Amino acid sequence: MITIYVPRDTTACALGADAVADAISAQAAQRDISLQIIRTGSRGLFWLETLVEVATDQGRRAFGPVEASDVGALFDAGFYEGKGDKLALGLSEEIPYLKNQQRLNFARAGIVDPLSIDDYKSQGGYAGLSRALAMQPQAIVDEVKESGLRGRGGAAFPAGIKWQTVLDTPAAQKYIVCNADEGDSGTFADRLLMEADPYQLIEGMTIAGLGTGATQGYIYLRSEYPKAFSVLKTALANAYAAGYLGSNVAGSGKHFDLEVRLGAGAYICGEETSLLDSLEGKRGMVRAKPPLPAIVGLFGQPTVINNVLTLATISSIFEKGAAHYKSLGVGRSIGTLPMQLAGNIKRGGIVELAFGSTLRSLLEDFGAGTASGKPIKAVQVGGPLGAYLPASALDISLDYESFAAASAMLGHGGVVVFDDSVDMLEQARFAMEFCVVESCGKCTPCRVGSTRGVEVLDKIRAGEQRDDNLILLEELCETMEYGSLCAMGGLTPFPVRSAIKHFPEEFGG
Amino acid sequence: MLQYYEPEKDYGTPPSLSTETVTLNIDGVDIDVPEGTSVMRAAAEAGIKVPKLCATDSLEVFGSCRMCMVEIEGRKGYPASCTTPAENGMVVNTQTDKVAKLRRNVMELYISDHPLDCLTCPTNGNCELQDTAGEVGLRDVRYGYAGNNHLDAEKDESNPYFTFDPSKCIVCSRCVRACEETQGTFALTIDGRGFESKVSPGQNEDFMDSECVSCGACVAACPTATLTENTIIKLGQPEHSVITTCAYCGVGCAFKAEMRGNTVVNMTPWKDGKANEGHACVKGRFAFGYATHQDRITSPMVRDNIEDEWREVSWDEAFAFAAKRLRGIQEKYGNNSIGAISSSRCTNEEVWLVQKLVRAGFGNNNIDTCARVCHSPTGYGLKTTLGESAGTQSFASVAQTDVVMVMGSNPTDAHPVFASRLKRRLREGAKLIVVDPRKIELVAAPHVKADHHLQVRPGTNVAFINAMAHVIIDEGLEAKDFIAERCETPAFEQWRAFISDAKHSPEATESITGIAAADIRSAARLFATGGNAAIYYGLGVTEHSQGSTTVMGVANLAMLTGNIGREGVGVNPMRGQNNVQGSCDMGSFPHELPGYRHISDASTRALFENDWNVSLDPEPGLRIPNMFDAAIDGEFKGLYCHGEDIAQSDPNTHHVEAALSSLECLVVQDLFLNETAKFAHVFLPGSSFLEKDGTFTNAERRISPVRQAMPPKAGLADWEATMGLAKALGVDMHYDHPSEIMDEIARLTPTFTNVSFDKLDAAGSIQWPCNEETPDGTPTMHINEFVRGKGFFAVTEYVPTDERANRKFPLLLTTGRILSQYNVGAQTRRTENNQWHSEDILELHPHDAEERGIKDGDWAGIKSRVGDTVLRAKVSENIQPGVVYTTFHFPESGANVITTDNSDWATNCPEYKVTAVEISKVTAPSAWQERQQAFNEQQQGLLKKARKHETTSPAG
Repeated sequence: MITIYVPRDTTACALGADAVADAISAQAAQRDISLQIIRTGSRGLFWLETLVEVATDQGRRAFGPVEASDVGALFDAGFYEGKGDKLALGLSEEIPYLKNQQRLNFARAGIVDPLSIDDYKSQGGYAGLSRALAMQPQAIVDEVKESGLRGRGGAAFPAGIKWQTVLDTPAAQKYIVCNADEGDSGTFADRLLMEADPYQLIEGMTIAGLGTGATQGYIYLRSEYPKAFSVLKTALANAYAAGYLGSNVAGSGKHFDLEVRLGAGAYICGEETSLLDSLEGKRGMVRAKPPLPAIVGLFGQPTVINNVLTLATISSIFEKGAAHYKSLGVGRSIGTLPMQLAGNIKRGGIVELAFGSTLRSLLEDFGAGTASGKPIKAVQVGGPLGAYLPASALDISLDYESFAAASAMLGHGGVVVFDDSVDMLEQARFAMEFCVVESCGKCTPCRVGSTRGVEVLDKIRAGEQRDDNLILLEELCETMEYGSLCAMGGLTPFPVRSAIKHFPEEFGG
Repeated sequence: MLQYYEPEKDYGTPPSLSTETVTLNIDGVDIDVPEGTSVMRAAAEAGIKVPKLCATDSLEVFGSCRMCMVEIEGRKGYPASCTTPAENGMVVNTQTDKVAKLRRNVMELYISDHPLDCLTCPTNGNCELQDTAGEVGLRDVRYGYAGNNHLDAEKDESNPYFTFDPSKCIVCSRCVRACEETQGTFALTIDGRGFESKVSPGQNEDFMDSECVSCGACVAACPTATLTENTIIKLGQPEHSVITTCAYCGVGCAFKAEMRGNTVVNMTPWKDGKANEGHACVKGRFAFGYATHQDRITSPMVRDNIEDEWREVSWDEAFAFAAKRLRGIQEKYGNNSIGAISSSRCTNEEVWLVQKLVRAGFGNNNIDTCARVCHSPTGYGLKTTLGESAGTQSFASVAQTDVVMVMGSNPTDAHPVFASRLKRRLREGAKLIVVDPRKIELVAAPHVKADHHLQVRPGTNVAFINAMAHVIIDEGLEAKDFIAERCETPAFEQWRAFISDAKHSPEATESITGIAAADIRSAARLFATGGNAAIYYGLGVTEHSQGSTTVMGVANLAMLTGNIGREGVGVNPMRGQNNVQGSCDMGSFPHELPGYRHISDASTRALFENDWNVSLDPEPGLRIPNMFDAAIDGEFKGLYCHGEDIAQSDPNTHHVEAALSSLECLVVQDLFLNETAKFAHVFLPGSSFLEKDGTFTNAERRISPVRQAMPPKAGLADWEATMGLAKALGVDMHYDHPSEIMDEIARLTPTFTNVSFDKLDAAGSIQWPCNEETPDGTPTMHINEFVRGKGFFAVTEYVPTDERANRKFPLLLTTGRILSQYNVGAQTRRTENNQWHSEDILELHPHDAEERGIKDGDWAGIKSRVGDTVLRAKVSENIQPGVVYTTFHFPESGANVITTDNSDWATNCPEYKVTAVEISKVTAPSAWQERQQAFNEQQQGLLKKARKHETTSPAG
């Protein structure tokens, strides 16, 4: 039996994967060729989507980017037996973009049927849970601490310390909440992980429950991810049916329930305390800290709230051991980070690397420069609140500490590339404008300050009292940074200041 | 306690209840505070004021305004002092160059979107934004004022009492939080995100169309002029204030009457008031305009008979006229031919004087009070079982309750400020059992849902309460140790044998009460095993032919489960009027001297005889219904009716009217020409609670001061009027001030021994008993033993009421209250509260409506065995099939034309809650209503002629 793999994730589908799959079925029927199509998640090489793979004795052979109109010619060339040159990329694993990555989170992406628990288990899945089930909660938390895993949502807080707090806080009910409200511009790692390998997240959350004594988990998913929602719902049902969730996890007698809940389209609900409010059914509004969610979280109970990648990583830490994880990375930035290449870039996609590579290598070796072919002028790393880095700074090491030293942040690993046609004052204005629209409206520096920021930048562009307004803008940035209740207002000054610092001439300086 | 106006000190965040102390250093001062106290509060307690806008100590911390940033040694950044808990060894600087600049720059942002009309702004002089801008030294707004802003946001003037001006809003959410946390209504929210965030009632409705109940919590919480009382807008800021007690329901909220001269500018709930802790409802907070309404009668009036015009006379002429007639009647018809009814709306001191006048002056015991028609069964039932005729707890006790049973009480309408406390506890997770024929708001309110709604059929309360007790005994859930230690064993054994009979099982009573057996079993288990359980009940328990029996059943249930004698439990009668408890305490029952001591007891009598220098009649006098019967029989001819509108409020109006018409001297003392006064010969103008000194006692036995804020409109306060009448009758009772009356009360009443006005001034309020053993009062009763010694389980046999539905009268009418109106409506009908409820409505179930062809808004004729009236119909599923419901706030409704003479077997409390009726669609008012209208017009005409020389004063 011939097996063809066609991805089913949002990006591949947007690029015509469903039509490609239909065309393959139609051609096969027409030609009386017996084959099965397995819809995988994507490998994350989006520049090659739709990436069609064929199982051969040597391994999977890749063809891409395939459009439905190419399918007839592919059949003519015998692609279903791995033959032909048309769109042929050779063995999938040998594609340099993939081969040169160090994949942990995305090791199974594009390989397995995302809904098949058997596939998941055949690739090391649920091995971590088996180990964790034999451990005491404190030993589980110790393993996480030992691994050096830091939160992947952006703040990079050590996950083990957060878990320890939850474990140490007595309560009748504790919760594990997964922040899957991936709202940063240019980011898609969470979505791809949920669409391509959902059991990894489910397993990680289950282990988190065992480690902290939480028996209920929620995945808070942004409503803009309907495919991820449908994959997660089916995967959760399958995990319950297979006994991996519920009152008797894997026959251990231990209890963990997990549900997925949809957000309603607010960026701020990716901020953890707003997310908790929203999950409770309230208007998503930032809570003051203290108290920390680990002590007073969802419904006032101790709550682990971690990002998708953080929780997914747990399963590989428990599968391969903390020592293995710790062997990756550099300094205090341990493990791998799936970088997401987007914006004006030739080869967009997921690039999962151990910390310590350089931004230049990422953009050039993987991304192959801008899509427009023009020189790179600026790169925004870490979402809409991340700093802009100029072309001269691309040799920066991809790790938390190097970015912090450069008044920038790695955040969730989103990379948006701009060529030399970008207007940096407009980008600074956009940062403020984004805050105007997406602020929860609770604290004044963020709610009013961002509006005034847009206005001051307009005055600067118009040349009105430029010097005074630049001083005012800096004071406003300071007020927002130190006065805001959460990172939304607190980080909005970063793109603004970095634009002014690196491109002063565009602000009339 | 007259004070110059000064906003109350605001510590920014609520107090911590921790017993652990931490020591921190703020601006060089070492400060000890309970663990969990915010840095802001710690500073405030040491007299250091950190600028703030979103924080206020009645609400949980929020941390949005960012004005309260401080520097803390060893910490990064500039933490908000409101959200940062004080820690041992913390060193805080509240003023550094850096925080000063940050605060000023944040304030600059606020003011860049705020109108600069301070001088013409209603809160000029009382604006936290203005004050804070001053504190942080804002001198310039560098952004200018031409940027995006909300200055054109439209005002919402839909609410009659306050104005919402969003152009002044700083989006601090204090209003939203007050609506949620303080009131529990959740009518307000912040709509939109970012710069478009704005306060929104409901889903962008105006206040009147939203769920808002106009409690004023948002207005009180607003730090700017965004939410402002219309009286402030009209009159300006107050210059002094008087702390007093609300004259509406039995919650007894403490208020600051904020004044300019003798004009009330604002009634602000007093934060230190123990009953309400700074909260209020639409009645107490806003509906005070009746006190200056043009309908107030401010001159005494007399007439020879009720078809005559009124003649305005001097007080002395009126007293002489009344005294001559009353004495004449006694000479002609005998000593017992006159009597008095005291008012549960007047002060303790006034009630004391009225009963004293009857006993010492009339020489009989024909004194009764309007508590007769509401809570007399409470007095009887609780005295019999527990030994004291009063509720057992403080309102604050509910914060410790795990299971709340609300029976025949509708707190969100009738006792709204207590309801807010209750809802807060329910939101925290306490369980709720509602026993009511109607789906009252508590059954399903925002974030509140009853675990059980037991829709008991009207008239079957005893069968219900017995079934609850039966289950507890049947399933062995009773508190055996408590019963053995605290209760009379023989009585319990006898009761146990009684209640164990299968006829009391929920399975057997299902067909009587209409409540499924499984529901009762489940509710009983919850009540018995759910932790601290407390019962709150109202007139739905008492106003029945077996009202006293149900009260005893309620007390039995509390004792049976050991839920008495500590915080969080107890038996709590929800008193309807402000001073029901007090008027009962003050001896205005025909059989009891003050302190619930029987008149036949010679030693008690001697106490009073010695003090008053009179001899007292040892025979109990007439109860109100007996007075009516005796009047119709021609034996009772003179009545001094003090602040009660019996013609509207008592049952079977035809009967009451007949009784009043046969009196030869009816003296009415009231604020208005009420329904009873239309039958009167002497009218003594009353004084509102704002016009006199005294005390009220609320449902938690709390004696609270009532203080004069303005002089009596008619020249005399009620206590002075009673004194004047007494003097004209030749009775020697003179006091220079109500405090002297309280001294006499304390002298003669064992539960009041240590009460005095001085003590009340110092303590704010006192819960009786307050005597040598309990010098500071008694928040929780029956702690170690019951007042009667051992608790008494009374046998409570269910006896069906005579008032039964049959083919001719197939429906049961029950009556209740609504939030915006109060009792007979004499006060609230003369305020803007009519905008919420301008007529009494008949509610009936869709099935019953359809059978009779009645649709929403149709006129429905209601006929009972004794009379008929017409009301507009509302089809509603809040009521079960077979039951119809109305209120009786409007005299023209004639709700009591229908209610019958049936009454409680022990106390004659009328059976208001059960009347068999038939409903039909009609097109014209009833004959009674037409007569009532004609009579009213005639009487208003007779009044108008008397008042033609007076100038009318504007409505307040």
